Amino acid sequence: MALKKTLRVAFTGGLMIGALTVHADPSPQMLSQTCAACHGTMGSSIAVIPTIAGADPEYFVESMQAFKNGERKATVMDRVAKGYSDEQITAMANYFAAQKPVPMNQSFSADKAKLGAKLHNDYCEKCHEDGGTNTEASALLAGQSMRYLKYSMEDFKAGHREVPKKMKTQVKKMLDKHGPSSIESVLNFYGSQQ
Amino acid sequence: MNKINRREFIKLSAAAAALGTLAGCTGSTTRSKGARIVVIGGGPGGATAAKQIRMMDPSIQVTLVEANKHYHTCFMSNEVLAGDRTLDSIQFGFNGLRGHGVNVVHDMVTGIDPKTRMVMTKGGQSLPYDRCIVSPGVDFKWEAIEGYDANVAEKIPHAWKAGPQTAILRRQLEAMPNGGTVIIAPPGNPFRCPPGPYERASQIAHYLKQHKPRSKILILDAKDKFSKQGLFIQGWKRLYGYGTDNSMIEWVSAAGGGKIESVNAGAMSVQGAVESFKGDVINVIPPQKAGKLAFVAGLTKGDWCPVNKKTFESLIHANIHVLGDASIAAGMPKSGYSANVQAKVCAMAVVDMLNDREPGDPSYMNTCYSVVGKDYGISVSVVYSLDETKNAIVAVKGAGGLTPSDATPEMLAREAHYAHGWFANITNDIFG
Repeated sequence: MALKKTLRVAFTGGLMIGALTVHADPSPQMLSQTCAACHGTMGSSIAVIPTIAGADPEYFVESMQAFKNGERKATVMDRVAKGYSDEQITAMANYFAAQKPVPMNQSFSADKAKLGAKLHNDYCEKCHEDGGTNTEASALLAGQSMRYLKYSMEDFKAGHREVPKKMKTQVKKMLDKHGPSSIESVLNFYGSQQ
Repeated sequence: MNKINRREFIKLSAAAAALGTLAGCTGSTTRSKGARIVVIGGGPGGATAAKQIRMMDPSIQVTLVEANKHYHTCFMSNEVLAGDRTLDSIQFGFNGLRGHGVNVVHDMVTGIDPKTRMVMTKGGQSLPYDRCIVSPGVDFKWEAIEGYDANVAEKIPHAWKAGPQTAILRRQLEAMPNGGTVIIAPPGNPFRCPPGPYERASQIAHYLKQHKPRSKILILDAKDKFSKQGLFIQGWKRLYGYGTDNSMIEWVSAAGGGKIESVNAGAMSVQGAVESFKGDVINVIPPQKAGKLAFVAGLTKGDWCPVNKKTFESLIHANIHVLGDASIAAGMPKSGYSANVQAKVCAMAVVDMLNDREPGDPSYMNTCYSVVGKDYGISVSVVYSLDETKNAIVAVKGAGGLTPSDATPEMLAREAHYAHGWFANITNDIFG
């Protein structure tokens, strides 16, 4: 966690140097405003397209770079990410990291969410801390669109995006013990946090 | 020429003045206190600009003048035609903007005086401004098609401004017998929403396939090619038998005699270059130009409004900005997404200028989704930057583009769902 914070400071520092030396670049706010039509005002989505407000800047940069170089498959973002320089991606990462995410209002099953909360604690909490609200070390899960999270799990399974080793082990363990419906339960837990 | 030189001189002086204060600039917004902005038009361009200025600098007074109490988005109106969504679901009011402190006035603007910086309304109001933002949308060139005018549009709707026109076309599709012919006649470029007529054909086919499967859609085009053509035709082949004897959709290019010259409302027919076509339902989408106010206020050159693409300030009248469909913002298409992004670029520039700061470099983007059928979406997405020396909005090289032609059914389904997600987020960003 301490390392994470250092990284975050390093990112911010890098941005400030960039802003001082490169005069011909759009501001972080200017770059980021173009995302709102799909990802919601200041990065908080009210629908299936994911919320990017509050995203860990390192996760944001990694995702954009993976879209850019084709490592992570996407519908639209692979085409969009290629439109930005590394510096611009970092600038947007810092802008969105500074925004407070608004959890999405969506319907969920309370029973599944209850079961999902337990499964989350047993298998996911170690990395996705504080019930999936903590973005210090990973992507925001709590309050994220359940449909988007479902797409993400399908992408991990299909190899359309790289699965972190620990996640692969943990998900396998959960599936082995609790069956395929366990994923849906966990997603309902994240969707229930509003 | 003299005028331009004078304006450039003024702008240079203003820039120099801004530089002069830059050393002591602390980013405070006190300079703008009491500044007055009048925004004309409550569509995606105007509503976004009004809200964004208030969000960025609450010391600025923003008045939005819009004739109607509600706005119906053109985007997603094709799903209303298909019966997959209600007209209410594309209707938006202005209370969200009021919540941001925008003074919303329902009145009709009759003129703008750039000398005294005053907006005049039909209701007799005179609204003074420091800067005026005009987003009047499009108007139709009725004279371009003989026999077609605003009255005839009650029987042969254009449905290219959503609302009552959308309702007329929907009712006609519902009343049409199984086996009937729907004619859609798209205009030449440039026009609002380039993929729109072809998404419309898709959505009407989607409806007819379920409810009136012996019916046909005839697209009589004023063009020889159209937006996302390869992807639409691929979708039509997969979903609506395109290219077979049983095709629900037939497309006639301009070269093939598709461009219509006149409309006969009594006979329910349209005249092409070679032959006449009869339809049970006819949807004529006339050629377009900037909204009426742009002409009244003298902001046009030809059919559209030339602007400085860094600020969207008119190249004709200082302190008046024009954005959205009415502006010349090529290479961006005339779309809701474009208007939303242009409005933010303009709002940031206006806030900067009112605070004696030099406007920053802009960044633009457009993504257009089209829903071809159930769980079948396609898109085009482009990132743009400004070439300031040429005053041109240019696509960033190596980026953007279309849905790949080998996209899997799962990805096409996601695009349809993302299209709906985009609609929820952009309308919330504009009106919420």
